[in-house]
Amino acid sequence: MTKATPPTGTPVIELRNVSKTFGEVRSLSNVDFAVYPGEIVGLLGDNGAGKSTLVKTVMGFHSPDPGGEIWFGGNRIDDWSVARARDLGIETIYQERALCEKQPIWRNMFMGREPRSKWGLLDVAKMRSESARLMSDHMGFTSAAVHPDNVVATMSGGEKQGVAITRALYFDANLVILDEPTVGLSLTETKKTLDFVGGIKKAGKSAIFIDHNIFHVYPVVDRLYVLDRGKVAGIYDKSEISMDELIERLYHVARTGSLD
Amino acid sequence: MTAKTKTSKATPQKPKDNRVGPPSFWRRYVSQIGIVGVGLIMWLAFVIAAPEVFTNKNIYLAFAQTTPQFGIIAIALTFVVITGEMDLSFPSIMALGTAVFCLLAQGGLAWPLALVAAFGTGAICGWINGTLVAFLNIPSLVVTIGTSFLFRGLELVMMDGSGVPLTAQDYPEMHALLRSSPFGIPVQTIWMVVILIGAWLLLNRTRFGAHVFLVGDNPTSARLMGINAVSVKTRAFILVGIMATFSGLMTSIYGFYFWPTTGEGFLLNTIASVFLGGTSVFGGTGSVAGSFFASYIIGAINAGVVAAGINAFYTQLAFGLVIVVSVVLQTLIDRRTKRQSLTGR
Ligand SMILES: Nc1ncnc2c1ncn2[C@@H]1O[C@H](COP(=O)(O)OP(=O)(O)OP(=O)(O)O)[C@@H](O)[C@H]1O
Ligand SMILES: [Mg+2]
Repeated sequence: MTKATPPTGTPVIELRNVSKTFGEVRSLSNVDFAVYPGEIVGLLGDNGAGKSTLVKTVMGFHSPDPGGEIWFGGNRIDDWSVARARDLGIETIYQERALCEKQPIWRNMFMGREPRSKWGLLDVAKMRSESARLMSDHMGFTSAAVHPDNVVATMSGGEKQGVAITRALYFDANLVILDEPTVGLSLTETKKTLDFVGGIKKAGKSAIFIDHNIFHVYPVVDRLYVLDRGKVAGIYDKSEISMDELIERLYHVARTGSLD
Repeated sequence: MTAKTKTSKATPQKPKDNRVGPPSFWRRYVSQIGIVGVGLIMWLAFVIAAPEVFTNKNIYLAFAQTTPQFGIIAIALTFVVITGEMDLSFPSIMALGTAVFCLLAQGGLAWPLALVAAFGTGAICGWINGTLVAFLNIPSLVVTIGTSFLFRGLELVMMDGSGVPLTAQDYPEMHALLRSSPFGIPVQTIWMVVILIGAWLLLNRTRFGAHVFLVGDNPTSARLMGINAVSVKTRAFILVGIMATFSGLMTSIYGFYFWPTTGEGFLLNTIASVFLGGTSVFGGTGSVAGSFFASYIIGAINAGVVAAGINAFYTQLAFGLVIVVSVVLQTLIDRRTKRQSLTGR
């Protein structure tokens, strides 16, 4: 197995010896995974390799099987949960987008982190106006379906995705996880999303980027994890592998299940 | 994308007027308009059918005293239905909570303490329902049919099948709180309005309320975004338990007597009020104001059928019809306004 020279410093988030079993299916086995401050980590692997499962474990949606550990900023955390992860500045664009389609955009935008005004009441006015601003400023949406009071169900697939992407960027996270964010997006929207990933690095923050299109992944990442059937099959520093070599190895992994 | 300028530069040619305003008033309030319409039509029908009764203000007073008895439960039940669940056990909680009050007060406990114990009982019943439904993931219809018998059985055992008189001499404060008419307004309806305002704030202006909608709409999405669906559902059931106890007390004080059968006959009209009020059977949408107004319509059907001299058996028929028709209408309206099938398939 090829090992990259690990970046120095304390990882933002780290999984140690994490396995995840669903009944008979072992989606992750003994995975060690770390994201350091200011780096973009790419996650590659076939369909069903366990990428989304890994991401949901990082988010605290899945809890690891006994023996697995989650470390945040150098501390081991036992009661990891999505709410905790988001409080600590981790936001995710899930592959399934995690929207509530019968609800208006403003409810979706602030789902789980609703702003409150004095007396602890919901600041609905702010939720509405911020959603309107975000949708037009960040996504440049001008279609008829995009008003903060419109329900998500009536929006186009790309627009729905825009809500999920904008939502993740609104909270100014330290670590943004993007699970196949560009699937189904137009060329312009794809470019904006990739620019956004680049912007994360410039801002000194971290990201985990999953995309089956290696031409999207390779240019923006610093390090790459290759997952195969729930195992980490390889870790690469971008400096030590060219895109062509990487493609070659991915085919090899798909055929043989190992990188060597 | 991080910089605003980049986006606007990239799309300078996009026309501004392409963006429409908010969804029309009609689309947003279609179910509320529907309820008010149904209510008005029904009232007119009653006025025509029995003018001497429906132009007399006494019937409206009676109506303002009895409707809140199930209306306040309908308001609380709205939360549970929006989370995508149902509670059939509230008639039994009405009786069990009131039984606890009666036994403790009879035993010499001060009435405020007995009241606290009664509400505590209701809350525990709701917690049991909510935990079985949300934590163990058992369908709520099944759970609450079961707990309905459980709570009723417990109450019957505790009371040994006998009732308790609740006279104004023995319980002056309770009668003042639940059976008076300050300024000529029946206190029951004042309570109902107060509860409506509180419930509206809870549903539309708190995080809990926001999560009620989200969990009912798509529990997996809600959980992925860090919402504790189990706790949200459990709290909704607890709310029903507390309001059912309140209703049990109100109903018993109104009749000067606690019957061990308290709550029987409340199931249909309460559920009918929630569905007629525009709360979706599919979860994720609903309104407490809708349940409030619908309760009065259901109350009017009750009073109207009796006053118009129609056989009272017809009220059952009417409630059944209201439930079926409003659920069907909701589905059709929803499909029209959202231009899609409600189930998303
Ligand atoms: N909740 C679950 N219950 C049961 N099995 C699951 C669950 N989630 C994931 N799996 C299984 O775990 C394996 C890995 O799934 P995962 O979604 O992580 O793959 P992935 O790498 O994201 O694939 P893709 O590229 O297709 O998104 C699959 O075999 C999947 O069937
Ligand atoms: Mg995936």
